[in-house]
This record gives sequence, structure tokens and C-alpha cells, in this order.
Amino acid sequence: MNTQTYDFKQKAIWQTLRVQDWLYALVLMAGAVFAYSRYSQYMDAYELGFLFGAAATFSYLGWRWKGLAKLVIGIAVLSLFAINLYHGSQARAGESFFLKYLISSQSAVMWMNVLFILAMLTYWFALFKRSEFIGRVASALTWAAVLFGFVGLMVRWYESYLIAPDVGHIPISNLYEVFILFCLITALLYLHYESKFNTKQLGGFVLLIINAGVGFILWYRFDRGADAIQPLVPALQSYWMKIHVPANFIGYGSFSLAAMVAAAYLLAKRGILATRLPSLDVLDDVMYKAIAVGFAFFTIATILGAMWAAEAWGGYWSWDPKETWALIVWLNYAAWLHLRMVKGLRGPVLAWWALVGLIVTTFAFLGVNMFLSGLHSYGEL
Amino acid sequence: MLSVLGIASIIGTVLKQNEPYENYIIKFGQFWFEAFEKLGLYDVYHAAWFLLILLFLVISTSLCIYRNTPLMLKEWKTYKEHAAEKSLRAFSHQASYSVQAPAEQVQTKLADYLGGQGFTYKLKPQDNGDVLIAAKAGTHQRLGYIFTHAAIVIICFGGILDGNLPFKIQEMLGHKKIEVLDIPESQVPAVSRLSISNPSFRANMTLPEGVSDDVAFVRVRDGYLVQELPFRVALKDFRIEHYATGQPKSFESDIVITDPELAAPLEKTISVNHPLIYKGIAIYQSDFQDGGSELKFKVWDLAANKLLSGHIDGVVAKKGTLGTGDQALAVEFNEFRKFNIMNLSPDGKGKPRNVGPNTTYKLRDQSGQAREYVTYMQPLKLDGKTYFVSGMRETVQEDFRYLRIPADEDFSIDGFMQLRQAMRDPAKQLEIARHLSKQSPTADPKLQQQFEQSVQRLLSTFASGGFTQLSQVIEKAVPEAERQKAADTYFKLLNASALEAYNLNLAAQGKPAMALNPQTLAFLQDALNAMNDLFYYGTPYYFQLDDFKHKEASGLQLTKSPGQKWVYLGSALLVLGIFSMFYIRERRVWLLIKANTQEVLFAMSSNRKNLDFDQEFDRTQQQLGQLLS
Ligand code: HEM
Repeated sequence: MNTQTYDFKQKAIWQTLRVQDWLYALVLMAGAVFAYSRYSQYMDAYELGFLFGAAATFSYLGWRWKGLAKLVIGIAVLSLFAINLYHGSQARAGESFFLKYLISSQSAVMWMNVLFILAMLTYWFALFKRSEFIGRVASALTWAAVLFGFVGLMVRWYESYLIAPDVGHIPISNLYEVFILFCLITALLYLHYESKFNTKQLGGFVLLIINAGVGFILWYRFDRGADAIQPLVPALQSYWMKIHVPANFIGYGSFSLAAMVAAAYLLAKRGILATRLPSLDVLDDVMYKAIAVGFAFFTIATILGAMWAAEAWGGYWSWDPKETWALIVWLNYAAWLHLRMVKGLRGPVLAWWALVGLIVTTFAFLGVNMFLSGLHSYGEL
Repeated sequence: MLSVLGIASIIGTVLKQNEPYENYIIKFGQFWFEAFEKLGLYDVYHAAWFLLILLFLVISTSLCIYRNTPLMLKEWKTYKEHAAEKSLRAFSHQASYSVQAPAEQVQTKLADYLGGQGFTYKLKPQDNGDVLIAAKAGTHQRLGYIFTHAAIVIICFGGILDGNLPFKIQEMLGHKKIEVLDIPESQVPAVSRLSISNPSFRANMTLPEGVSDDVAFVRVRDGYLVQELPFRVALKDFRIEHYATGQPKSFESDIVITDPELAAPLEKTISVNHPLIYKGIAIYQSDFQDGGSELKFKVWDLAANKLLSGHIDGVVAKKGTLGTGDQALAVEFNEFRKFNIMNLSPDGKGKPRNVGPNTTYKLRDQSGQAREYVTYMQPLKLDGKTYFVSGMRETVQEDFRYLRIPADEDFSIDGFMQLRQAMRDPAKQLEIARHLSKQSPTADPKLQQQFEQSVQRLLSTFASGGFTQLSQVIEKAVPEAERQKAADTYFKLLNASALEAYNLNLAAQGKPAMALNPQTLAFLQDALNAMNDLFYYGTPYYFQLDDFKHKEASGLQLTKSPGQKWVYLGSALLVLGIFSMFYIRERRVWLLIKANTQEVLFAMSSNRKNLDFDQEFDRTQQQLGQLLS
């Protein structure tokens, strides 16, 4: 007689939480409450919604993915430390040791750049050595890069208020800032898949596109001096920006990630690196998942954009080049998903398509700003 | 199909849409201009063929929904409890277990298990005494299909409601026509007017401060339509705020709406991102212009070298005339800017700051030739000295070339003008020459007279043609080897004369003479340069902005879009649909409990074949194994 009883019941998420998970959520909530008590008079209802919404969202995400929880805490601690070092004066960025060399927004972003480059080299090294350990080092470097990048953005946010209270704004308003965001989001998405499917072999590929972003950041900063904090033009002064832009970049990031996985897929299909890379099925699946996530967020971003446009420009859709290209990107990936779902297509064709999709996406992101004019004329090159 | 739409949209972005038609003609030439116009490439998104593609998309998606919905609904509801043992055994994901426990016990165990995994199930006893448990989870995914695709149709429907389809049809039928002439609004005929019952529009109006209006303009291709409004909008005040760096920070308009249906006028402040919605019409702050600022100028007649009596009044965007007969000039006042944020520090590193108002105007002669001028009202500090600055250019493509007139010790332009007057007056020239010759007396009266004559000649040469004339004289009269020396001498004499002239003026006003210090020397030098540059200024008049009354006009955009609700509804459905399609995974499990062979047959399927499903199958297979052992 079988005396053993099994409990396979699927548990709701709160039933799986440990003390530290609750503590984490509590800390986030406390942070939000603190911000509320200090700054509520400067925020409108939407921004308060975002504040507490963010605390709840990051609690949930942190519960689902423990690595993220650690990252969030790390960002909070380092950013608060940096802000504390400023003593409310911008000049301190060049005086305080920690700020100057580590965590002023400029330095932190530089560290992010350096770490991303190192991480890419290490990932490739791990791939050739087939070394699990070196792969873990590469992962750690990527995590560190993401940590520094986010600290850089947080501190930049604070610095913008030091310039003048009316200049202060969330640092996602020009090309320099959104490129940082792009690198960070793409890296985070990758780390998520890495922790889920244990695919460290893909790191080298994904970091290629991230480092293309890093290259742009460096060029933009040193050649163009475009890293200065600029005040917002009237049209951008809206709470919509705070959700429209990040949603868009989750989309761009996922599409880029998918394209890089597609590249790995195509190589493996031809037998190049095939024994070192994950199996074709895994690559195919990650590519699909990334595009699905990207498509969902891109849809949301476009809708949010339309709602913002309705408020700022007097119409939810103006066939402005950026909008039109967003539609093109969206239709492109809709077609991709249909081929896969409806026609049951798999394999190299979809991989090639995902790569071409990256070109379309890049044009929508950069090319439109470079070659076409329109209402989205912020961040011109 | 999606690709055709994509390509059409691409054309729309590559070619700048809805520009004035002349720009296209310049770009493509007449032939291609007409060819492109036929295809509607200047307004792709309103061209008939683009609408047709959209329509095609809507129809094909609708058909798709029509065809697939019954199937999806069936899949959503069904447990597929009619699956036969044979087909279950043919599944790619299946396993079988042998069990000892009695069938009823196994059945409850399995049912509990499925419930715990989030499945709903149906029991189906078979004819041979077996029991089939058919279970499903995540079939709401099927609703996602319906939501997503219905959303596309709803969004397009909303978009079409807000498009200009009604006007297009009326235009095709000949009921409406766009107006292409620049005529007062009241003279626009009824065929080019849209009534207040027009269901959707996007129109603009420009309101100067203190003015009200009850019509707006809809731009269509190379013309416009007049849209009548069910209320009257007045602009009370318009404000621009700037950041410390000079970029604009906010635009705001105080508007007042009057409507017979309102007990009291509705007052509201609108700004970018904060429109006002009244009677279904949203009023947005879109841009701003000059609303006819009134300008007062002092005008110097440079030829006669005196101030014209009285002021010249100008109104921005209006014209005036100056002079008479053949010499008459048309003056067109183009622009007035109250704030000009500039960075004037020598190395460009200092802080930009407001340098005060400026105005732009054109002077057009009888033959139609025009020069454009810009003049700053207040003197600007450049390289540590203050100047009145005015720029001139002959075509719009050029940059302005600037004239800098040094300000005198009272920060006025008068010192310079009087100096110039003195140096051009023959009687004063003689006096200056006398004074100079007294400073270096010689015994020989003949030499003295010669000296005085040459100073006089120098001054009249300079007065008639500036440094250019002077260097021509030198080239003609002096051998090459000595030219440099002669030029230096002339230069010194000119400076000394300017000082004398200035002091003469001061003495005439009963003021003490100028102190000889680097500042005054620099002033004189700058003054001579400015006198020289005036020869290239291209007009006998110098306009000095003396006073102004700033009037701004706010650019408003008025839209009525009944489709917006539909678009938002569709968007909500779309998001809901997409998330359920991606993140709800449909899975089905069949467990056939065979009492007589003591076997349990397990089969599993999903409409999405991917890794998640494989993993779930493996886990379920393993857990069932433990459960049944
Ligand atoms: C602009 C037009 C369209 C868009 C944006 C769109 C979007 C989508 C999306 C996002 C999916 C989900 C793919 C996935 O689950 O991974 C999907 C699935 C699907 N679409 Fe469309 N669609 C469009 C038009 C059509 C048309 C015209 C048809 C008719 C042939 C169609 C038939 C389907 C079918 C059969 C599925 C699979 C549903 C399932 O198996 O659950 N779609 N569509």
C-alpha cells in the first residue's frame, strides 16, 4: 500500500514567498511611501499612480525573478548613497571621490560601457572554452553593467533637478538617454532568458547588439558632446512619457534580442558553433518568446503613444513618420507571428525575417530621426 | 497584404506630406510633380488607394473572424471528451501506467490532481466500462484571437470615422470644393465651407490677443476649407515661459468661449498637453505667432544725415512706404521678437541671456528688389564693448551681415550719428583741419595750408567712399613702396580728425572734451569702421526701434474625432487579446482509466508546440507516475 501522499497542487505566488520576499516588497513600499510623504505636492494623480504602481510591479517581478529583486535593492542603495554624496550641489560630481570615479551619472554610465564590453569578451571566451565558470563570470559582469547603468540613470535624474528644479525630468528624453535605456533593457531581457533556459552561450551574441549601443553612446558623448542634460520642450512635459518610452524600449530590446538569437540560430543551422550553442529548438523558442514579448509591449507603447498624441498634438494618429514606422514595425512582426502561428512555419526563414526585422526596427528607432522630419523631432542627430 | 500597407506607409514617410505644392514642383519638376500628384503621393494617407488597402485589411480581417470564430468558440467550450482510445495512443505526447488501486480510487486521485493543476475536466464513462477524464486549461486563449482581430476592425472603423471620408465623397460628387485663393474668410463661398454639423475635422485657427473668431481652417492639399464652429473663441492672453538657458518652457493661452447655450462665458487656460474639450471639440495649444505687434521707429536718413521728423509706425505683417517718387521704398515689417536668448560671451562658454527685442523688416525698391534687415533694440555687449547691431541680407539663403555701431557714453546711438554728420559736413571738415594743423604748428604758412588741404581731402574722400575709396586714392598717387606708410599716416590722421570732430560736437553742446583713453580710442575706431560699413548697408535709412506694443497670436488646433472612443475601445481589446494569446497556454489532458487491464492512459496536447509544453508534459508524466505507483 502506498502510504506516501503527494501534494502537486500548484501554488499561488504568495504561497511560495519567503520572509525575504516580503521584506523586499515592504522596503519598496516604504520607499514609495517615503517619496509620497516628501514630494506628493509636486506630483499629479497619474504620477502618484506610477509611483505606487512601480513599487507593486517591481515587488511582483522581484518575486517571480529573484535576481531582479537583488538588482533593484542594489540600484536603490547605490543611488541613494550617490545622492547623499552630492549634498545638493552639482559641483560635488567632480570633487567627491566616489562620485568622480564611480557613481556620478557620467562615471556610472562609463562603467556600464566598460563592463558591457568586458562581459561580451568574456562570454565569447566562455563559448570557445566551453567553460561554465567563465560563463558565470560573464553573467556577473553583465549584471554589474546593468546595475551601474541604472544607477547612472537614477543619479542623472537627480542631477537634472540640481541644475534647476524646472529642468528636472526623468532621463529618457533624448537619444543619449534612451540608448542607455536600450542597452539596459536588452541586457535585462537577456539575463532573464539566461536564468530561465541556462543559455549563457547566447550572451556573446546578444551583447553584440548591446555593445553597438555602447559604441553609439560613446560616439555621441565624445564626438557630439550630447550627454548634457537639456530641459524638456513643452510637448514632452507629460506623464505619458514615463510609460510610453520604457514600453517602447522593451519592444525594441526584445526585437533586437530576437534578431541576435536568430543570428545564432542561422549559424548553428549551418553547423557553425553548432556543438557549443544551445539546441535549435531552444533557440527557436527563445526567438519566438522574445518577439512575442516585444510585440505585446510594442503594441502597448504604440497605443500609449496614440493617447499621448491625442493630448499633445490634437489627434491620436497623425501619420507622422515615427508613428508610421512604428506601424510598419508592428505589421512586420504581426506578419512574422502569423506565418508561425497560422502557416506553422519554422526554421531559417523566420530567423532571417527576424534579422531583417531588426533593420526595420533600427530604422524606426534611429533612421527616422536621422533622415525624416516630423513631430517626433526631439533627439535629432 | 500587410506588406503592401507597409510599403504604402513607407512612401508616406519618405516623401514629406502635405507641404505647399510649390515646394514639390521645385523638387521634382513639373512633369513628375503632376505624375506624383495623380497618385496622391503628397497626401498618401488620404489617397483613395491607401483607403482601399485599409478597407481590404478590414474586410479580410472581418472575414477571417467570421470564418474562425465559430471554431474558436467551439474549441473554447469543448472538452473533446469523444476522443477514442486509438487516437489517444497516436498522440506524440502520451504515456501509460499500470495501476493496482481500484478504479474509483484512481479516478478521484486523478481528478483531484487535475483540479490542483488548474484544469477543469469532464468525466465520460465509456461503453466498455472504462472512464475517460477529459480536461482542459487555458482555453481562454481562444478568446484572445477574437479580441485581437475584432480590435483591428474596431480601430480601423474608428479611424475611418475620423478620416475625411465624408468630405472626399462630397468632393467627388461636386458638392464641395477647396478654396485656393487667399481671400478674407467672409468671402469664402459656401462650397468651401463645412457646417457645424460636420462630424469630424481637424482645423487650425490663429487668434491674436484680444480677438475672437468662430471659424477655423482645415488645410487640404494646396487649399483650405472653412470650418464653422458652434461657439466663439476669444484669446485673452498668451504667455511663453523660458528656461534659464533660453529654450521655451511652456506656451499657455487664456481663452474665453462664448456660446448662447452657456449662461456665462467659459474661461479656461490651455497649454501644450492640456487641451480643453467643449461640445466634443478639443481645443489644443499648437503654436504661436506675432499677432500684429505695433512698432515705433526712429529713422535716420543717412544721405541727408539727419533724423526724420516724428516716428515711423509699423505693424508686424503689414506694409508701409518711405520716401517719394522713384526713390520710394516699401517697408514690410515681418517679425518682432520680444526675447532673444543669445550667448554673446567671447569664448561661447558663458551663460546665454536675453538681449532684448529685435525686429525683422524688408525694404523693397520700385523694381521689386528687397533687402532684409534685422535690428536689435538695445545695444549688445560684444567683446566688452557695446554696439547697436543691425544685420542685412539680400536673399533668404544668406546669413545676415552685421553692422555694429558703437554706443556712446550715454548708451545712445546719437554720439555716432553726430560724429558722422560732422565728418561729412564740408564746413566742419575745414574746422577740423584747422584744429589739427594748430596742434603741430610750423613756421611756414604754405606748408600749413597744404596740410589743411590734405586733411580736408582725406575727410571728403572718406565721406564719399570709405576705406575703399581711400585705398584707391593711395594706389593712384603713391608709388608702391611707400603705400603702407602713406596708409598708416592717413589712418592716424583720420583717427585724429574723428577725435577733433567729436570734441567739436561736445564743445557745441557745452560739454568738456573727451578724455584720451583706450575706451575713447576704441570708440572712435569702431565709429570709423561703422561709417565705412554703412556704404555696404544697402539703404539710405537706418531704422532704430524706439518703442513697441507686443501683441501675440496663439495657434490653436481644434479637432472633433468621434472615432476616438472606438479606437480606444479597440486598443483595450487588442492589448487584452494579445496578452491572452501569448500568455495563456491552452493545454488538454486525457486520462483513460481502463478498469479491466489496470491501466491508465495519459495523453496531452496543446495548440502551441513549444518548449514550455514539452517541459510541462515531462513534469506531468513524472508526477502522474508517482501518484499512480
Ligand atoms: C492587421 C491585421 C492583423 C493583426 C495585427 C493580427 C494579429 C495577430 C496576432 C498578434 C496573433 C497572435 C499570434 C500568436 O499567438 O503568436 C494572430 C493570430 C492569428 N491570426 Fe491574425 N492578425 C491580423 C489579421 C489576420 C487575418 C486577416 C487573418 C485571417 C486569415 C488572421 C488570422 C489569424 C489566425 C488564424 C491566428 C492564430 C490564432 C490561434 O491559433 O490562436 N489574422 N493575429
